[in-house]
Amino acid sequence: MNETPRDADDPIEPHAPQRPGGSPDSGAAPTAVHAPAEAEVQVAAPVAPTDDRTADVDDPWGSAFRRIMGGNLVMAVLAILTSLVVGGILIAATDERVQETAGYFFARPGDMLSAVWTAVSGAYLALFQGAVLNFAAADRGFIYLIKPLTDTLNFATPLIAAGLGVALAFRVGLFNIGGRGQMLWAAAASAWVGFAFQMPPILHVIVAILVGIAAGAIWAGIAGALKAYTGAHEVISTIMLNFVAFWFITWMLRTPGLLQNPGGNNPISPPMPETAILPSIFGPPFVLHWGFLLSVLAVIVCAWLINRSNLGFQFRAVGYNASAALNAGMNVKRLTVYAMLLSGAFMGLAGAQQVTGAVTTGFTAGIDAGIGFDAITVALLGGSTPWGTFFAGLLFGAFKAGGFRMQAAEGVPVDIILVVQSFIVLFIAAPPLVRAMFGLPQPGRKSRRQRRDEAALAAMTQQKGAQS
Amino acid sequence: MTTQQPTAAQPHAETTQQPTAAQPHAETIELERAVVKHWKAPVSYAVLTLVALVLFVVASRDGSTTLRLASVGDFVALPDAVLPVRATGIVVVVLLAALTAVSTWLVATVRKQGFWLPLAFGVLFVVAFLVWAGADKMIPIPGLLFATVGLSVPLIFGAMGGVISERAGVVNIAIEAQLLSGAFSGAVIASSTGSAVLGILGAMLAGVLVSMVLAVFAIRYFVEQVIVGVVLNVLVVGLTNFLYSSVLTANPALNSPDRLPRIPIPGIETIPIIGPALFEHTVIVYAMFIIVPVIAWGLFKTTWGLRLRAIGEHPLAADTVGIKVNRLRFWNVALAGAVAGLGGAYFTLDTTGAFNREMTAGLGYIALAAVIFGQWHPLKATAAALLFGFASALQQTLGAIGSPVPSEFMLMLPYVITLLAVAGFIGQSRAPAASGKPYIKQ
Repeated sequence: MNETPRDADDPIEPHAPQRPGGSPDSGAAPTAVHAPAEAEVQVAAPVAPTDDRTADVDDPWGSAFRRIMGGNLVMAVLAILTSLVVGGILIAATDERVQETAGYFFARPGDMLSAVWTAVSGAYLALFQGAVLNFAAADRGFIYLIKPLTDTLNFATPLIAAGLGVALAFRVGLFNIGGRGQMLWAAAASAWVGFAFQMPPILHVIVAILVGIAAGAIWAGIAGALKAYTGAHEVISTIMLNFVAFWFITWMLRTPGLLQNPGGNNPISPPMPETAILPSIFGPPFVLHWGFLLSVLAVIVCAWLINRSNLGFQFRAVGYNASAALNAGMNVKRLTVYAMLLSGAFMGLAGAQQVTGAVTTGFTAGIDAGIGFDAITVALLGGSTPWGTFFAGLLFGAFKAGGFRMQAAEGVPVDIILVVQSFIVLFIAAPPLVRAMFGLPQPGRKSRRQRRDEAALAAMTQQKGAQS
Repeated sequence: MTTQQPTAAQPHAETTQQPTAAQPHAETIELERAVVKHWKAPVSYAVLTLVALVLFVVASRDGSTTLRLASVGDFVALPDAVLPVRATGIVVVVLLAALTAVSTWLVATVRKQGFWLPLAFGVLFVVAFLVWAGADKMIPIPGLLFATVGLSVPLIFGAMGGVISERAGVVNIAIEAQLLSGAFSGAVIASSTGSAVLGILGAMLAGVLVSMVLAVFAIRYFVEQVIVGVVLNVLVVGLTNFLYSSVLTANPALNSPDRLPRIPIPGIETIPIIGPALFEHTVIVYAMFIIVPVIAWGLFKTTWGLRLRAIGEHPLAADTVGIKVNRLRFWNVALAGAVAGLGGAYFTLDTTGAFNREMTAGLGYIALAAVIFGQWHPLKATAAALLFGFASALQQTLGAIGSPVPSEFMLMLPYVITLLAVAGFIGQSRAPAASGKPYIKQ
């Protein structure tokens, strides 16, 4: 039951934004993120309402309501809201004032409720101020009002690039969990080009980034080749390659003559020269660098690649049904390798952005900063589409930017962001759960009126049968 | 492990040739057995022998290595073994070459390769490596083995959790989360109640809770299991870090459990070499000695095990004979969480005595590697976990005496071995057929 019925007009175009959670199903590769046929039908419904046309005639408004409320955007919004509520509960529960007032909750419940409100609203206000607009600094000028917004874009830059890598692999039915290793190699290669060579300003940073992209692609390509030619599952191989890369880069960083900063004892690389640094777009105090535009460019390239190119068509075909693609004459093995190479290339861009834009004073083995794993959540939230990934990357970038302010201003540990992000992905991946929580109509299930009508009809025919 | 269903993950499976009958209406169809020879094993041995030749003979070092075999309290004191580096290297390489030849002969004549061959090969290689790496130094073997067992314990518990869950058809990437939540909850509950037993139970319960989330999303909502696993790992890291920063640092009393006492087993703990390594541990390690064989026995000799393997290999068939596939999967994944959670308690109640941020440090992924390298078999997975534990104990020991090999390469070893295993260069790895696939009742 892995085959999910899709609308007949367009068997290959997935109506990508409607895919709620990641990997398209395929024969050999892992199965769909959520397999039940009913969910898929509903999800595709807003584009091609072929499945319940009769319902439209009977009950146009109710059916439209169901389609909108069953849609992906609503699911995403509800998932995010629910996750913020979960985060709020955690913030409140660990707040000292709340714990104090909870002791006499039944005597004076107002105290505790106000403490909860103070804790949660304070934390989320700080999150907002750190991520979007900083009202507190508005009197210092417009620049300081909108600086958090540019911080968000800055944090989103590598998330978008890496998210594209995961999303692209998802569309071919592959899981690239190896973002960490690919980013590490890319960062190492970029940094090496940066500090070991001297080139003219703009050329230098371009070469550094291109070499980084190539390094990420090669490291992911290993997993792709292992998958294609030996059958090694890419989830396992990418996880293992992450650790191999981590220890290898750690070793290179502490070995003089390789990546270690000459003259130092710490496992850190030399700082990047001016020529190999992506400049700030707006100048100080903004940290937002040109890497963000590279990420936007990457989104456009990825969108073209997946939706418009010949290769992307084959990718999607393999993602839906690898054996059908094989029968159609596609070289599935080669496509698997290509997909991992390209996926790694986007990861590589993220790694290169880290050393040429975010951390230019020399990198350590922690340069990936968990982005390789965050990218999975970004791609899932973005429905594995390029533009979906873009917006999901912006959201998670905002969480990151705001999280640090929240920690500094309100003393709420930044780790709460990880919790909220994980919950978002869990909820996104299981739409039936969210629908059940909010009492939304489950797709495939008919409206109450329809069910009543049908029950009545069935009863009538039964009666007739009994009479005759 | 004898099911005949070929999977995409194993293209080198033994195949049965289709009869190329010229007449389709022949009375009897005789199936020809195609003999597929696996040349990977001899090739791998040959490569390793070459590595050994380069490392231990060409790049040999002078002097001799002292292997200390005795430890305090042994009932007989074994003398130190002093081995000359160069001579040991030559002897071992000759023996490795001989084993490679034997392996080649076994494949050429289509004979089974016993488990003794890789074992002997591995032991010889390790001894030669130890002697080579410890030139002119002393290597305490009992200490090395004790550290091996200690470092393997969480891996073995994690791997058992992985084996149970994956045999039942649910991919368990969340071993890391189960270990970490077990460590956290074990520390907090043991500290707040003052009872280590409750701490252990709390650790198991935390593992079960993580498992249940995995099971609900995988079984009820058909979410891709790898994704749930990865997300759970991130979630538990975030949750424990958050609670550690916001609660435990402010209340150190919640994070100071009494460590479990070491209970030497009288009599056998004085056996040289293995006595201190195996029988001077806490109750968690002794529990492991019991749990592993019980799981191995249960999996292959009991109704529970038969059903478990059935729902992991062919859930439709299991359903047809009346096994409640999804319910059984749910409870077995929960059981896997309990076992892995117990392994988590080892971190806080045995080794360190306090919870720390991300203290499992990716060991859950090594446990996953052990499951795969151990071919989803409890005993083999335990052996794999011991091997990985040995690699990391060796790295510590060599780090202490000054090793010629960078410690990072030792730490990399489990992952490289697993990569070679999943690629089919070492042994064969074939997951349970329905592992990772949700079962949707028709």
